[in-house]
Amino acid sequence: MTPAFLLGAVLLFALVAYALLAGADFGGGIWDLLASGPRRAEQRRLVEHAIGPIWEANHVWLILAVVVLFTGFPAAFAAVSVTLFLPLVLLLIGIVLRGAAFTFRTYGRGDRLARSFGAVFSSASVVAPLLLGVSVGALASGRLRVDPAGAPRSGELAAFSPFTFAVGLLACALFAFLAASYLTVEAEGELREDFRRRALAAGVAVFATAALALALARSEAPRLFEGLTGHLWSAALHLLTAVAALSAFGALYARRPRLGRLCAAAQVALIVLGWGAAQYPYLVVPDVTLLGAQGPPQTQVALLVALAVGALTLFPSLYLLFRVFKGERPFSILERRPAQRPPP
Amino acid sequence: MGGISGRPRLGRRPVEDLLAARWLFGTSLAFHIVFAAVGVAMPLFMVLAEWRWRRTGEEVHLELARRWAKGTAILFAVGAVSGTVISFELGLLWPRFMAFAGPLIGMPFSLEGFAFFAEAIFLGIYLYGWELVGPRLHLAAGAAVALSGAVSAFFVTLANAWMNRPDGFTLVGGRAEHVLPLTAMFPPGWPHEVIHVLLSCYLASGFAVAAIHAFFLRRSPKSAFHRAALGIALGVGGAAALLQPLSGDLSARQIARTQPEKLAAAEARFETTRGAPLTVGGLPDAESRTTRFALEIPYGLSLLAFHDPHALVKGLDAFPRSSWPNPLLVHLAFDAMVGLGLLLALIALLGAGLAWRARGVPTGRRYLGAVVVAGPLGFFALEAGWLVTEWGRQPYVIHEVMRTADAVTPVGHLALPFATFLLIYLALGAAVGLLLWRQIAHPEDGAAAAGAGR
Repeated sequence: MTPAFLLGAVLLFALVAYALLAGADFGGGIWDLLASGPRRAEQRRLVEHAIGPIWEANHVWLILAVVVLFTGFPAAFAAVSVTLFLPLVLLLIGIVLRGAAFTFRTYGRGDRLARSFGAVFSSASVVAPLLLGVSVGALASGRLRVDPAGAPRSGELAAFSPFTFAVGLLACALFAFLAASYLTVEAEGELREDFRRRALAAGVAVFATAALALALARSEAPRLFEGLTGHLWSAALHLLTAVAALSAFGALYARRPRLGRLCAAAQVALIVLGWGAAQYPYLVVPDVTLLGAQGPPQTQVALLVALAVGALTLFPSLYLLFRVFKGERPFSILERRPAQRPPP
Repeated sequence: MGGISGRPRLGRRPVEDLLAARWLFGTSLAFHIVFAAVGVAMPLFMVLAEWRWRRTGEEVHLELARRWAKGTAILFAVGAVSGTVISFELGLLWPRFMAFAGPLIGMPFSLEGFAFFAEAIFLGIYLYGWELVGPRLHLAAGAAVALSGAVSAFFVTLANAWMNRPDGFTLVGGRAEHVLPLTAMFPPGWPHEVIHVLLSCYLASGFAVAAIHAFFLRRSPKSAFHRAALGIALGVGGAAALLQPLSGDLSARQIARTQPEKLAAAEARFETTRGAPLTVGGLPDAESRTTRFALEIPYGLSLLAFHDPHALVKGLDAFPRSSWPNPLLVHLAFDAMVGLGLLLALIALLGAGLAWRARGVPTGRRYLGAVVVAGPLGFFALEAGWLVTEWGRQPYVIHEVMRTADAVTPVGHLALPFATFLLIYLALGAAVGLLLWRQIAHPEDGAAAAGAGR
């Protein structure tokens, strides 16, 4: 248990939290874009109601991941920045437009301008996860190359390939799946059915895009493919992920939304963990490793202490946030109709 | 410290790319800094209004807290996303800086991460929780937002203080060895910079908010709503404006010792002199080493920098020409900051006198007119002050350790992202302006605001 290993675990944990929380917020935007049927307006309102109070807090997980990366593994941060320049710039544009347009729509309710903010919000909610997936796929693919001094040896477009796009689509599908699973819990009546159907459809999309990404990984990301298939733990991981996925389906199908939400979250967490484990010990395959990129151990230890102290303030506050806006027992899997709350 | 500019470089980037990188980063920061400053101060105003409502039961204060909360929501969201851009751009534009400095400025940044978490969490509770949480928790959530906003600014400024006066490591062959994270976190001079930055947030936001309400108070002088708003905004902003010159004096004495070339450029001082005069205004010319059209106050600079009229003040001639900041830019920005700061302090002083005489918020038409005109000046001063510290550190990104030109990314074609982000910032700025104007001029629940004007 070296400090570098622990920090790597924190990094992965932050990314899992980002996927589970902010990912679902992006997914909400995707469902805003795809809102349809007689309850189109209600669907959009539920999305807005669900993510309004929490998206900014959820977004901070990404900042935390960035900060842990540059403090603990500065060479990796530099390598990622120079090799993923283009997708990261596009991701940033997506993140900026998504957040700003969402808030502008909330506070400029009801007219044409608000509708155009809504269009920016929902389209940026697709663009951002797509590029996030492309970036993750590129980190794993081995297409990004840096020399020992930190200069890029791969082209500016190296991040874009069929495999990385497949991972981008997988990210969109996962986030849409998560969002629909969460919203099924938060909706009532017919709206709940809407999102239950959407969750099931998104689950199928997750399966299809995951299969596509895995198939392409065989030739395009061999090291990742080997990590995902070649170890004893990888078999166990796939088994667990499959159990979570099937349980999520089953629970949604059987109209047990809270159980479905838990299983969907477990499935997504396992997929992100699986990526991290398959890529270990590389931060950027094949040139940058956890140990090769690590900064001074004194800083790593100090950072771990700071993270532990910060966590003491963070987790109670986060619990309070979800307790206030997601009802009593915010994470429970037992079905009980949450009390109807007035909109803010 | 010898600096690491001598180490073999990975191929110099064309000058245009360095310029584009500086323009992009500078534009991003100039944009973000406004929202960051508002994000520090607005929650304080909002929670003060709510606190007064809870104490007095006067509905205007509740209405004020709710309206300010909406403004805070819009501005905070833009601050959050533009801050994200900065955290990525640190690596995207300056990867070599971050590869070196990441572990040294990472501690304040990671603690800032938790402060940012607290801000976002409690702002969510505050904005959406009016009907969901009890009165004490709601007020406490607002106070938590105000506090964590200040704590965020505190940590981020520590990182900047380190760039101005790096500490907590030994430079060995271009690498940072023997790193002491806590020493790096609190480099020499940190208290001055932190105090100056925090005060500037309250000052700039206070005067900007006060100007809006002074404008409406001139239109409807009886509005209790705008009067209450002006009281809080001008009270906080004015107090900060009165304290800021003291903090500026501390800062000047600090940089006279730790960053003398920055002080020399800011004061347009080319020659090292005893009993140096203070140069006010004028256009310093680095080639001829003279400053035209300047007003000189004898012994002023020695007094200011060392509190001794005969003290020796280092001029730019004490440093190699290749490590000079641009004295024209730094001096003009410095004079703008000091001039505007003093003007605002004067307006605050006048307001304090009028308030004392009137035993309440000063509402004379002419004074309100001055407050309206002063509205944007606090932010001009804040931006100018930031330019002084950044331009004044050039050509270094890390003072005497790494040159900005050596920190820039090897990725080319930076003019394109610069143009893109510039357009995005312009659009965001326009949208924010429009939304805030609508919130203020045509409130959806206009009845409440009008009713408050009894």
